[in-house]
Amino acid sequence: MSTTRREFIRNSALGVATAAAGTSLSVSATNLVTDSAYTKLKWSKAPCRFCGTGCSVNVATKDGKVVATHGDIKSEVNKGLNCIKGYFLSKIMYGEDRLTSPLLRMKNGKYDKNGDFEAVSWEQAFDIMEEKFKKALKDKGPTSVGMFGSGQWTVMEGYAASKLFKAGFRTNNLDPNARHCMASAVGGFMRTFGIDEPMGCYDDMEHADAIVLWGSNMAEMHPILWTRVTDRRLSAPHVRVAVLSTFRHRSCDLADNEMIFTPQTDLAILNFIANYIIENDAVNWDFVNKHTNFKLGNTDIGYGLRPENPLQKKAKNADKAGGSKPIDFDTYAKFVKDYDVESVSELSGVPEENLIELAKMYADPDTKVTSFWTMGFNQHTRGVWANNLVYNIHLLTGKISEPGNSPFSLTGQPSACGTAREVGTFSHRLPADMVVKKKAHRDIAEKIWNLPEGTIEAKPGYHAVLQNRMLKDGKLNAYWVMCNNNMQAAANLNEETFPGYRNPDNFIVVSDPYPTVTAQAADLILPTAMWVEKEGAYGNAERRTQTWYQMIDAPGESKSDLWQLVEFSKRFKTEDVWTEELLAKKPEHRGKTLYEVLFTNGQVDKFPLADISKDHPNQEANDFGFYIQKGLFEEYATFGRGHAHDLAPYDRYHQTRGLRWPVVDGKETLWRFREGYDPYVKAGTDIQFYGNKDNRANIFALPYEPPAESPDKEYPFWLSTGRVLEHWHSGSMTQRVPELYRAVPDAVCYMHPDDAKDQGLRRGSKVKIVSRRGEMVTMVETRGRNKPPKGLIFVPWFDASRLINKVTLDATDPLSKQTDYKKCAVKILKA
Amino acid sequence: MKKIIFYLAFCLMGTSFVAVAGDTTATLRGNAITDDAYPERMPTIENDDVKRARNYPMQPPTIPHKIDNYQVNINVNKCLSCHSRRQTEESQAPMVSVTHYMDRDGNFLADVSPRRYFCNQCHVPQTTAKPLIKNTFEDVSASLRKDKEKH
Repeated sequence: MSTTRREFIRNSALGVATAAAGTSLSVSATNLVTDSAYTKLKWSKAPCRFCGTGCSVNVATKDGKVVATHGDIKSEVNKGLNCIKGYFLSKIMYGEDRLTSPLLRMKNGKYDKNGDFEAVSWEQAFDIMEEKFKKALKDKGPTSVGMFGSGQWTVMEGYAASKLFKAGFRTNNLDPNARHCMASAVGGFMRTFGIDEPMGCYDDMEHADAIVLWGSNMAEMHPILWTRVTDRRLSAPHVRVAVLSTFRHRSCDLADNEMIFTPQTDLAILNFIANYIIENDAVNWDFVNKHTNFKLGNTDIGYGLRPENPLQKKAKNADKAGGSKPIDFDTYAKFVKDYDVESVSELSGVPEENLIELAKMYADPDTKVTSFWTMGFNQHTRGVWANNLVYNIHLLTGKISEPGNSPFSLTGQPSACGTAREVGTFSHRLPADMVVKKKAHRDIAEKIWNLPEGTIEAKPGYHAVLQNRMLKDGKLNAYWVMCNNNMQAAANLNEETFPGYRNPDNFIVVSDPYPTVTAQAADLILPTAMWVEKEGAYGNAERRTQTWYQMIDAPGESKSDLWQLVEFSKRFKTEDVWTEELLAKKPEHRGKTLYEVLFTNGQVDKFPLADISKDHPNQEANDFGFYIQKGLFEEYATFGRGHAHDLAPYDRYHQTRGLRWPVVDGKETLWRFREGYDPYVKAGTDIQFYGNKDNRANIFALPYEPPAESPDKEYPFWLSTGRVLEHWHSGSMTQRVPELYRAVPDAVCYMHPDDAKDQGLRRGSKVKIVSRRGEMVTMVETRGRNKPPKGLIFVPWFDASRLINKVTLDATDPLSKQTDYKKCAVKILKA
Repeated sequence: MKKIIFYLAFCLMGTSFVAVAGDTTATLRGNAITDDAYPERMPTIENDDVKRARNYPMQPPTIPHKIDNYQVNINVNKCLSCHSRRQTEESQAPMVSVTHYMDRDGNFLADVSPRRYFCNQCHVPQTTAKPLIKNTFEDVSASLRKDKEKH
């Protein structure tokens, strides 16, 4: 075989050489260019555009184009490595179908919801947007306008959107697509620790003796972190890796202990480990007594479905999902006692010896354990619970906030932490972990923004899933979707998303670099600058804030999200959006535009053009006449400085490969809550969970409860959705890179070969995947990288031509409002 | 019947497919959101062993052969059985890049660094699927040629 291959290569190579000689001999003979005037490339640093890992890359430009990218060796995150997507960043801006001018649905020269898309000017685009937003505000008030944003927004873009919507339009109907990915993690952090984001950092990987993956396929979704886990496991042979999942995937290739469990039973496994720790006398009493409380959480909290759904009606605590009461240790111990190894093994399908091996790693005081999780926990109708329960284990053993001992929630998007969470672009949040419903928090925001008291509404706005429902119900009428592809990403497309966007009462604006599925459902499409076509900042999963400069100009009339948001604010006067009562409190704002009140307020416009980089373009700064990115960043940073969310001065980020907040006295913080690492911990306290007033973390008693929908006779399979290594999210960038497209062109249905055989199917068979809500046609894959157990199929969602979210269920965690994309019931039919 | 209509619609797409307003806006899709395209055959992996030019020197080369049933796990790495330094004489396969012998801090190790162990994180085979969208990325050599011609 190998001989044949070599011969083949030799023959083919000869053929290629001959062809080259015939056509372009002169070029190949003399084309080594050595003159440095031509060969020198201009290199600048940027964080990668894709996942929450936050790798730093070096980007080369020449003649206004990106010509190469590679992993930055100076970056502590990736030390010169990239994954396959990262290595192809150079090509993501160059899909031939980049949008270059605004497109409006028109008939006979006028906007018409049923018209065809025609190119219009920015002026015309903003005219119709202004008309529609003003009409909605006038007819129904601030709750009828809204925006769906992004964990891929820059920090400044998220912050500008937050100001424009929460302060300008006085609506809290602003939510990011991070709701789909991180909301349960946020809920878990706030409930257990009273402060968001991981206490540890990526350095934990090099210190851990055991690494546990709970519902995270790091090998594909956080590939560069996986290289660090692999490096640790293989270079330090005592290290053990445990992987828990509902189907076998690539991360299992490194597993010493692989556990495939029945969907939703992770809750029971987590409680079993807590029980094992207690029964085997492995509780770290000193830690538990000094630093924790015990609480019993409300149960039977429903599934975040529409209120008329029978499951919601039946749920006892659907409206009190977050409630809890204090208990003592004995009550907690009794609560988890039911989760013995026999019953949990039976429920979960994981053999007893695997469960015990896992529990022993956590219980052994000499084994440092880092737990990782992502969407397996977060996209879960009990996602906040799952987060709480894994913290329980680390708190019972005191394995937290020190190198190698780390419960670590990984982020999906490049700035889910930096923008969505820290800036607070959720419908209930404000910057620095503050919330709209607390008067004191609103007061702080209004003071920093120099707004009349009472500008910000106290009631949380519509969250992601509710936005789609309210669009459908005609209550949300002027709607702007920016930096995401939610028609493809949101669950239950047929019943909620699509009817919502196409509801004749609504006007839908979509800003994107490419014509996505969401753009197709829009009424107005705005062409958007992306990544290094603008200056920005991202915050990754280990609290690392990174900035980059604009390096190239965007094609045609494309403009960044930031420019779009700020430019649109010029269209509104305070009188258009605020009440007389409010204006009376700050009469100096009368007659002014929102642009003047929000963005030329003496703070955002504080830094002159002279401060921008001399070596890089800056479209927005030049257009507005001041260094807007720095002004927004610095104003935003005042929220967190002195409040355990300290950011460094903006300019410093341009010099470093990022810094992990809180940055105090110029130093970043690697481990929070522990004396010696975290400057916010008082001397002599050892540990201080200062997010909570009593400086203690909460251990929650929470049970196993069944999922919203389970397989039955009619719909006998579990459906789990997710991503693949080669594509970022909905594929709008990576499907346009030929190498990535050709690597994984289609979303296929991964299933067990026995299940396929039972249905008369085999690899390549065309099938229809059908749920109670919709169907999708694709092909069966029985030999692929994902190997589901019998009774479960996996279908990724990156494929615009095969929309699995027609099939999924929009059940959410009632606490976090995050959708469970990992569990619903389907049947498979021959197509 | 429905199936055939979808299939026809898919085939005609890009030539003379006229449909409801805006139905062909999403270029990676080409039909109405509420419709479904009938899938074509499962694409096969290109297996001709012919090296492909890289877009820039730092790009990891794509794999020009099948890797079905290649085991790369905690016990064995099938790729290295041809591509490791010692094996290349026999296999005549390209040796993994020297960068693969460096640890996180840039020190050369005696063997391939474990941080590079899972080859598929950077190197992927290519199917015969035809990209739906052309990519206009320009190789830096094109720009170099232009520079030279100018002088």
